[in-house]
Amino acid sequence: MNRSHSYMSHSLHGSDRLARGLGWFSLGLGLCQVLAPRKLTKPLGMEGFEPMVMACGAREIACGIGALSTNPTLAIWSRVGGDALDLAALAAALRDKHNPKKENVGVAMAALGAVTALDLYCATKLQKRYAYQAGPTPDYSDRSGFPHPVDSMRGAASDFETPKDMRAALPSPAKSPGPRVTPTTRSPIE
Amino acid sequence: MKALCWHGKNDIRYETVPDPEIEDPRDAIINVSSCAICGSDLHLFHHFMPSMKSGDIVGHEFMGEVMEVGSDVKKLKVGDRVVVPFTITCGECDQCRRGNFSLCERSNRNKAMADKVFGHAGAGLFGYSHLTGGYAGGQAEYVRVPFADETHIQVPDTLTDEQVLFLGDIFPTGWQAAVQCDIEPTDTVVIWGAGPVGQFCVRSAVLLGAQQVVVIDNVPERLSMAQAGGAIPINFDEESVLGRLQELTHGKGPEKCIDAVGLESHVPRSPDSVYDRVKQSLWMENDRAHVLREMIYVCRPGGVLSIPGVYSGMVDKIPMGQLMNKALSVRSGQTHVRRWSDDLVRRIDDGQIDPSFVITHSVSLEDGPEMYNVFRNKQDGCVKVVLKP
Ligand SMILES: [Zn+2]
Ligand SMILES: [Zn+2]
Repeated sequence: MNRSHSYMSHSLHGSDRLARGLGWFSLGLGLCQVLAPRKLTKPLGMEGFEPMVMACGAREIACGIGALSTNPTLAIWSRVGGDALDLAALAAALRDKHNPKKENVGVAMAALGAVTALDLYCATKLQKRYAYQAGPTPDYSDRSGFPHPVDSMRGAASDFETPKDMRAALPSPAKSPGPRVTPTTRSPIE
Repeated sequence: MKALCWHGKNDIRYETVPDPEIEDPRDAIINVSSCAICGSDLHLFHHFMPSMKSGDIVGHEFMGEVMEVGSDVKKLKVGDRVVVPFTITCGECDQCRRGNFSLCERSNRNKAMADKVFGHAGAGLFGYSHLTGGYAGGQAEYVRVPFADETHIQVPDTLTDEQVLFLGDIFPTGWQAAVQCDIEPTDTVVIWGAGPVGQFCVRSAVLLGAQQVVVIDNVPERLSMAQAGGAIPINFDEESVLGRLQELTHGKGPEKCIDAVGLESHVPRSPDSVYDRVKQSLWMENDRAHVLREMIYVCRPGGVLSIPGVYSGMVDKIPMGQLMNKALSVRSGQTHVRRWSDDLVRRIDDGQIDPSFVITHSVSLEDGPEMYNVFRNKQDGCVKVVLKP
């Protein structure tokens, strides 16, 4: 049996790869929105909304950075939230009687709907995959590592002598510095 | 052969790679019987260690049988059963002769690059980036071991793989961390982190006779494992670390503090930890230092900070004023494995400790990549993963 593509033999699974793809997409879209907001507002008949688009761009960039980090879960959930806001904004544009580009807005909404579904799917998968401390919590209270009760093991290695280079810098009461040295006028070298 | 290879952040793969060959007369080839995933492998997994290359074989905790030896290898022969220390040691340079095996001056073959980064480089390490020599790691079927006469620990056949495997890293690492504390029978030793190294710090501190051993973490099963080994557990999600330590030390603070966490410390509710996370993700600092700050703050004046936890580069906001005014000593370093290993083999053989207590998962090498996720997310009560090639 060829098991070279088993579930366990790669640490990156489909949902992780999808999260990365969404992360790069977020970064790209975010940069466009921040640098050239008119490229989006014009075809959607939403001129005047540039500051809002730029703010969305900043959000996308933050999501992108998060989605490319070691744990993308939160960032993909934020994307889901962002998608909802974007859909609401487009819906408003669609209802606007004076918008001359309603057709484009419809297309954008359909595309965004598809991305939202993808985000939602990815976020749910990641949620499970990255769940911190998930699964059963076993009882390790019998794993002492010692052959006898702990109290009888305390100091069992007291035959060990700390090497000179690893002794405590300041003397402990047990190894006190001894009596004070009385100053003398005699030269130490005699 | 098959091996686990690094391909970027979160990306470890089970792959076919060329078999290792003897490259130097002092090399040996080991047929790996058991290997393990280490907490510090997670720093590679998260790509916090610079100078990794796609395709690098990871892993630095492994053991097995000698399959082939170079012409200059004198102390090993084919068929010998050995554990391999993660620090490669020549045994002849000035540092090796002092017992500072993790500072071997010869075993890092990328010394020029490492000297530029660190000022002066340390020893070569298996499977731990090109800064430490770019040596192929031990999560593989076979491994080339340089300076094989020195870089090995002979183990008796009466002990199982599970009992001796950790002599290559986490047991001596926990032991050295405790030894560096120069433990007195009146000492309170506090250990941050109840991961595998933290667990061995607890046992070592108990064996070395500390009056009180305290461990700080927030993963319940790890705390209970530490408690089984003789530690007083503090769950930082549930109680105040400072308050509890004051209570346990009659307001004087612990004499000895051990950081068994390292560069990825994170306490979600602590503001300095959030600050580190932000700075780290913006590449404005390499390492997160919450544990270091807390240790410096709680330690009794004149005490010792022992740092086996791995750091990679710059950290921010270290309270140097507290450190200096409290006359704290800092001891750190990668583990001088060989310096302790023979003594520790004897202690295992004498029945003072059985290191296999820490193993919670044992799977085939092929299933290793996904275990990185399980171990990282602390799922399924995962504390230590052993892999069988
Ligand atoms: Zn390790
Ligand atoms: Zn050396």
